[in-house]
Amino acid sequence: MMIRGNNRIVDAVIYCMLAVVAFFSMAPILNTLAISFSGKVAAMSGQVYFWPVDLNVSAYKQVLGDRDFFRSFGVSVERVLLGGAINFIITVLMAYPLAKSAKLFPGRNIYMWFIVFCMLFSGGLIPWYMTIHSLGLLDKIWALVLPTAVPVFNVILLMNFFKGIPKELEEAANMDGAGPWKTLFMVFVPVSLPALAAVTLFSIVGHWNAFFDGMILMQHKENWPLQTYIQQLIVNLSSIMNTTDPEEVKRLSNISSQLLNAAKVMVSMVPIMLIYPFLQKYFVSGIVLGAVKE
Amino acid sequence: MFNRSYVWSYHLMLLPGIIFLILFSIIPMFGILIAFQDYQPTLGLFHSDWVGLENFSYMFSLPDSKLILVNTLVIAIMKIIAGLIVPFLFALLLHEVVSVKFKRTIQTIVYLPHFMSWVILSGVMINILSLDGIINHIIQLFGFEPIMFLQSNHWFRPIVVASDVWKEFGFSTVIYIAALASVNANLYEAAAIDGANRFGRLLYVTIPSLLPTVILLATLSLGNVLNAGFEQILNLYNPIVYQTGDIIDTYVYRAGLLETQYGLATAVGLLKSVVSFLLITLSYTLASRFANYRIF
Repeated sequence: MMIRGNNRIVDAVIYCMLAVVAFFSMAPILNTLAISFSGKVAAMSGQVYFWPVDLNVSAYKQVLGDRDFFRSFGVSVERVLLGGAINFIITVLMAYPLAKSAKLFPGRNIYMWFIVFCMLFSGGLIPWYMTIHSLGLLDKIWALVLPTAVPVFNVILLMNFFKGIPKELEEAANMDGAGPWKTLFMVFVPVSLPALAAVTLFSIVGHWNAFFDGMILMQHKENWPLQTYIQQLIVNLSSIMNTTDPEEVKRLSNISSQLLNAAKVMVSMVPIMLIYPFLQKYFVSGIVLGAVKE
Repeated sequence: MFNRSYVWSYHLMLLPGIIFLILFSIIPMFGILIAFQDYQPTLGLFHSDWVGLENFSYMFSLPDSKLILVNTLVIAIMKIIAGLIVPFLFALLLHEVVSVKFKRTIQTIVYLPHFMSWVILSGVMINILSLDGIINHIIQLFGFEPIMFLQSNHWFRPIVVASDVWKEFGFSTVIYIAALASVNANLYEAAAIDGANRFGRLLYVTIPSLLPTVILLATLSLGNVLNAGFEQILNLYNPIVYQTGDIIDTYVYRAGLLETQYGLATAVGLLKSVVSFLLITLSYTLASRFANYRIF
């Protein structure tokens, strides 16, 4: 009885600790959410905790009427669709031959080393920028999707998954007269849907969240993807505040309008929140898929 | 069975990806020649003057170089250590939970920041840390002076490490939880029969079965000691905190793309790429030799 009572206390302590940690990891976002729905005065005087004070949606009305915001939102959607499709095709096409043994595909190992070398070594930021510049891609949507066309990590992940597919399945397809292309698209792709969902979600999230390439490769702001737009709007402003005079900082942060920024941050979270249930399901399986299969 | 016409298809399937890799990975590697030039964009790679190692000696003569290297190492190593310990402890706590529903709810909440970009999370951080933000509001309730966190060299590094832990700790537990799921249940039974209580089982079964994973992750993180988190710091820092927060990557970005010192920035970037490459190769070699870990 003593032990059981003790156990219960330990359990209670553990549950409480986990709940507290979970609360603190949501708190910053909840606070921003509450601010975005608060009145201007309340938001700026720091009275808002986790529930809106002086509830109103004026910030959201303003965001919904902001043409720059929606233009950037559109660029991001375009980038995700185009970039996601390119990533998908390249990943599937590369994973299949690389999953073959070197006996069936002489040269397989050379390709593999080449790809891994490209993943591990880079020329650095400046030569990368110069290359894209000299290819004439600046300010084109292609600058955001072509340099990231080969998601090496995804290729390796899917390759490992393909390796786990029973050889008999492929042999049977070959017997029936299906060549590599037909086998890949009629046999391998249909049996790999969970793995394909994982790699596709990886690349969608990557494209949606990227801001730096948009920032340096897009010189005109009408070409900025959403994350770049938000970055330039909120974050960059804080770096202008290199003054240590608190009054000056306050003045600058009023211009940036905490309230409006909170609403913009929240709206740009929405797409990720919408696919979050899938993300959670397939990312975890994706991580497990990525584990060793030798 | 080996089939020649199949092999042609395999080459063809790899072709588009290889072309993209050549265009955007291999060609930029030739651009590292800029590091040995007094590069002028108007003259280009072929007509700019060669200066040998001048960019490198200039780099080492800059008073900022040491500062930037120290900042990079300190921030990266603090992140690696915190990133190993916090998820480990969290996984141990989570492992003790019996209720599946509770466990799922907690996981759903703590995974979320992992999927948000640093732009969004920095927006949130700037919001809560600002002078009118919630944290300064609480500090003032206790009668203290408000703190300009992101303009303070005292606070900048702790904030960077803490916000990185916030973003990644939940998701990093996935690997530990997967490792714990594969622990043989007989071990727990045997320990219970031998008289081990709850704490004993944690000490003698759970922790030892996680240790190989911890060691593997520590080894792999060796490749990250020069990666202090470019996207995060770019979004959080400002000139006041360059002293404690400016890292190699942010320096390369500013020197190269904002101040157009192409030769210098390429030299710094090249040095970082080479050292990182060696470290990653070393860490993978160690991991494959001692833990039988292979990514391909």
